[in-house]
Formats: sequence, C-alpha cells, structure tokens
Amino acid sequence: MLTKRIIPCLDIKNGRVVKGINFVSLRDAGDPVESAQFYNQAGADELMLLDINASHEGRSTMLDVVSRTAEQVFIPFSVGGGISSLDEIKTLLRLGADKVSINSTAVRNPDFITESALHFGSQCIVVAIDCKQCEPGRWEVFVNGGRVPTGKDALEWAIEAEGRGAGEILLTSMDADGVGQGYDLGITRQISDAVKIPVIASGGAGKLEDFSDAVTKGGADAMLAATLFHYRQLEISQVKKHLHSLGIPVRMDY
Amino acid sequence: MRRIAIIDYGMGNIRSVQKACEFLGHTASLVHEPSALAEADHVILPGVGAFADAIAQLRQSGFDKALRQYVCTGKPLLGICLGMQLFFESCTEGSQLHGIQTGLGFFPGLVTRFPSSLDVKIPHIGWNEVETRPSKLFAELPPSFYAYFVHSYQVSHTELPSAIGLTQHGHYFVSAVEQGNVLATQFHPEKSGTVGLKILENFLSLTPNDFTAKAKEKLGTSKTGGAPLC
Repeated sequence: MLTKRIIPCLDIKNGRVVKGINFVSLRDAGDPVESAQFYNQAGADELMLLDINASHEGRSTMLDVVSRTAEQVFIPFSVGGGISSLDEIKTLLRLGADKVSINSTAVRNPDFITESALHFGSQCIVVAIDCKQCEPGRWEVFVNGGRVPTGKDALEWAIEAEGRGAGEILLTSMDADGVGQGYDLGITRQISDAVKIPVIASGGAGKLEDFSDAVTKGGADAMLAATLFHYRQLEISQVKKHLHSLGIPVRMDY
Repeated sequence: MRRIAIIDYGMGNIRSVQKACEFLGHTASLVHEPSALAEADHVILPGVGAFADAIAQLRQSGFDKALRQYVCTGKPLLGICLGMQLFFESCTEGSQLHGIQTGLGFFPGLVTRFPSSLDVKIPHIGWNEVETRPSKLFAELPPSFYAYFVHSYQVSHTELPSAIGLTQHGHYFVSAVEQGNVLATQFHPEKSGTVGLKILENFLSLTPNDFTAKAKEKLGTSKTGGAPLC
C-alpha cells in the first residue's frame, strides 16, 4: 500500500536556510544541503526546497543548491518559489529536482499548469495553493507569498488545477500557518474529497495528533512541516511511529 | 575500474541515476552511441515517459540491437522504471494510436495500464512496499522494504518465475525481475534512499561469473514459445 508521506520544508534565501536550524550534528546549520542530508537520514519521505529570494543573484545561488542536493540526497525532492516559465522548470528538473511547485504564476495564468504538465508530465507538477478562510466553509486563494488576495475560491481552483494536469496539490492554510494548532482540516477535507490527485497538507503542525488528524479527518496524502522539524519540537521518527501505531501506512525502514 | 554506461536516449531525468553511481564512488557515463555498450561492464537503461516514444528512440538509434548483443555477452544489465517495461514483449500504451507496441522481449508478457476498476490513484506515485524473493539485487536487504515509484503502466504477470519483487497497488504487480544477467526494477533505486543505493551497489558489484549460462538461455523465450535470445 502507498504510504502517507512526511515532507520537511526548507525555506532558502541566498543559498542559506532561513529560520536557522539548531542541529548540533550539522557542521553548517545554514547549509541547505546539510539540512537535506540530515532529514534524509531522519526518515523524510520527500523534501521541499522553497526559494524565498526576490533577487536575480539569489536565483542562481538556488540553482547551485538544487544541483548539490541532487548529488547528496537520494529521495525525491521538489523545488518551489517564484517559478514562472517552462525554461525554469526544465533547468530545475535537469539539475536533479523531481518535481516543481508552482503558485502565483499558475493563478495569474492557468495555462501555465496545462503547458507544464504537457511538457514534463503531471507527476512532476505540484500546484501550491495558499488560502485563507473568508467565510464559513469558504476559503480564498492568495498569491505573492500570501500578500495578495485573488478573489478565487480555493476549492474551485484545486479542481481546475487537477483538470489542467496538476499532479499534486500543496495546500497551505495561512490562518493555521505558524500557529502550531494543527492543519486546517476544513479546507484540506474539502479539497481531498473533490480531487483524485494527492493533497499535501501544510501549515499549522504542532503536535503528533495534528499529523494523524490531517490523514484521518483531513484526508491528506502527505504532511509538510518546517519550523516544527527545524527546531526539533518533534522528530520525523516520532511522527512516523505515531501514525504507524494508528494503523496509518508509513515508510518505517530508512 | 568498472565501466558503467547509462543509456541516454532522451527519456526522462537520467542525471539522478548518474549522480547515485557517483555517490557510490563510481564513474558512470551517459552514452548516446550504441557502440559504447561494447566497452561497458555494466549497462543501465533508465527512463520515464511513454513506451511508444522510447522503443522508437531505441530502434532508431540502434540501441535495441546493441542491447541484445550486450545481453548475450553475459554482462549485467539493469532496467529502471520505463527501462524495465521496455524489457517485456509488448505494451498497450498508446495502442489506440499506434497499435500494441513491441518491446525488447527479454521477458515474456504484456505491460498494461493499472486497470481503472481497481479504484486506486494513477499514476502510482510514492513509497510502497516491495515483497521480494531471494535475488543478488537484494543481497543484505530485508525480505520486504519500501521503494519510490512513479508510473501508470505495470506488469501484472505476478506468476512469472523471473519476478523477484511484488508490490500492491489495488492488486499485486511485478516490481522487480531477474533472469540471468538481466535485472530490472519498476521503482527508482536512485530515489529510494539508503535501500535504493544498496540495490544499485549490489547491481554494480555483479560480474558475468555471477550468472549461469543456463539462466541466460531462458531470456527471450516467451510463454508462446519464442526463440531464445542468445
């Protein structure tokens, strides 16, 4: 049976991990490649490298990070943040990324999803959706790192993204993000019930039960977390043992 | 010094296979010419994409004949993902457009899409369990382990004597095969963490002496009585 995945996310700026990680075992806690290796050893099923650069120089540093990660880490990894052209996707996949995550550009130009999926295959196109609850039972899509509202309904957008060839949905609730009170189960459930592609829950994990709730109540296929793992509030192995104890399939050997 | 050739025929992300070999301390070349196989000690056929495009590429470039010759030398060959599927007799992918596609035919059987009646997500993407039979490829690994898969087509002939790994996604399908010096995995060892690296290492440690001549004789003999390959 396919396992539920645990995906640590590294926020990267100018080639360095932001929210510095306190891993005693790392020689250089700010080096994304060392952090990626650490998570690989710790049992991560996949990694997300999120580029939060705005500058052109930062972008080329990111390419170096992707290439070096592919030389050292042999689990699948995705790259996201500011991707706006087919050429960029091609470059990232060639350097060794397995998937790319697209967000604002897809909202502004939905054909970008269709074209990316046609060129590179749905399996490597993740559509990231950042959303906020605007009224009971309804969530609105935001872009540009969650700063700009779009008026788009998150559920409708997820269904459209699937129809256009997205291989996965990375769903971040901005209400829940950084609060540590659990994933937003409402929108996670709505979207996972409506689409057939995997949904990655993101934003809000603070304790073990948040991960099992994302699966059992939210219907998520994978759970992404950043701060929680960076500050070692929880270890990936603890999360996996917890899920396993509830009969949720997870990869235990690594 | 082992000479490892990774066949580059324009299908998919093959750099990660090369990087995994390099990580294990070997030098692996991406080869574009069929003649390069004659000088290799290990050959890997990777690939992600459509069967029809892939087999057309292999035929056009002459890699199909070169692969048959290579196999008959008794040196180890590894297929990964689409690479494994190409080792089979035929595939239904794109059959509405082009008819059933013929493969390299090292193994008997048809490659088909996961039946929609199974009510599982297609493509099959993610970590799934491989239940193994003893094989040189899985030396020093537990009898079952998790590996990373990305595919929509599969080999459902779980009764094949050459099947050394089975995996469940709606039903059981063949996730690894071995017949003589031809080995293949439906999953991606280069993306399956330490387990996957061990599988690649096991493959790269094989030599022609590890295979009996008898095992090789069975290659290419289909259920319907096809001629032996070598």
